[in-house]
Amino acid sequence: MEVVSYMPGCTLKTSGRNFEKSAITLFDILGVTMEELDRWVCCGTTYSLSSDNIMNQLAPVRTLLRAKETGRRELLVLCSMCYNTLRRAQSLVLHDKEKRDKINEFMYREKTTFDGDEIRVVHLLNYLKDSVGFERVAKRVVKKPSDLKIALYYGCMLLRPHEVSVDESSEDPTIMEELFSLCGVTPVYFPFKTECCGSYQTVNQRDMVLSRAERIVGSAAKNGADMIVVSCPLCCHNLDSSQQRVADTVRGFRKIPVMYISQLLALLVGADDAGDYRLHSVDPRPVLKEKGLIG
Amino acid sequence: MNVTLSSSELKKEGIEKTAQLSGANFFSCYQCGKCTAGCPASEFMDIPPHEVIRLLQIGQIEEILEKNSIWICASCITCAVRCPKGVDLAKIMEALRQIVLRKNVNYVHPSSVSKEELRTLPQIALIANFRKLTG
Repeated sequence: MEVVSYMPGCTLKTSGRNFEKSAITLFDILGVTMEELDRWVCCGTTYSLSSDNIMNQLAPVRTLLRAKETGRRELLVLCSMCYNTLRRAQSLVLHDKEKRDKINEFMYREKTTFDGDEIRVVHLLNYLKDSVGFERVAKRVVKKPSDLKIALYYGCMLLRPHEVSVDESSEDPTIMEELFSLCGVTPVYFPFKTECCGSYQTVNQRDMVLSRAERIVGSAAKNGADMIVVSCPLCCHNLDSSQQRVADTVRGFRKIPVMYISQLLALLVGADDAGDYRLHSVDPRPVLKEKGLIG
Repeated sequence: MNVTLSSSELKKEGIEKTAQLSGANFFSCYQCGKCTAGCPASEFMDIPPHEVIRLLQIGQIEEILEKNSIWICASCITCAVRCPKGVDLAKIMEALRQIVLRKNVNYVHPSSVSKEELRTLPQIALIANFRKLTG
């Protein structure tokens, strides 16, 4: 059985636990074991954009050191924000010698240094594409809901900046479309797939996030989607939990469930359920039952 | 708005600090407005993103800091990947926020977040928000 080192991040242990649980189920069925790193730390969630801030790079680099200690070359990440932060920290260490030296000076309690080229930070989508193979995933599909239509939402942190993008195109990515089409699910036209959900502004600019949810979910619904599929626990929260408030004020707004990539994939390859449905604001069970994905 | 245009305006500490922290050359912006056109938050800003750059070009950093724009930016990086001149506006916004926050000023006060919100918001929302908006 293949084994891959894995870093969950904080939210996958709480509100995003359906993401982790369904990914483990999915990987079990695909014959891959996800081995969680010992002593990983919070990635910091947002990559520091100011040039002199070394401090915010230390947490992701420590996690990369833990990954290096496993002796494997890859670190699997599911959460988009962890992916972006770890991937950019790795890239910074690799390309900026001065900062690399300074960061390693802070690591005096570590047994080894991190030079940037020991570990490749890999997102779930790229792992499924390059290490497992989309064809191999598609071969495992046992449930074929012929008329299930999904809106594939990438958000920001999987795509920007371009050098960390999970797809060759950060403007019009198609990696998720490729995967789900092979698995027999139809992606709908969704021009808002790379538009920001409002991110952390959900804490203090709630109106802005509600307005984003109205447009993004509204676009998916108008294009006939039965559900939105995401890779980020923050996008998931913003798009899912905002819908009732939007529906209360916007006439004709149709609520649609939001699910993680691995939740839908796990169901397609034969998992009995997609986790704890109480974590969803918009209950996905009616759609899943209608399409024959759950009993 | 009364604007004094002189080379000394551009030598002001804040302007140089913004250039240094962001690593961006905002003088190469030719005001095409693509950043504003693609910005998901611009409708909530007092002044749109391309005007933030214009004000930097003419040394009017105080004008920017009086407005809410830098606090509305959600760092989605759409502006930076689309800029035809390679000006990283996301980094400029971060630099401007840092100039304020490093004076021990908080834009968001963690104590003002209600217990209900603390219970329902995912950790990544809170950590990212406090990282971006507190000093």
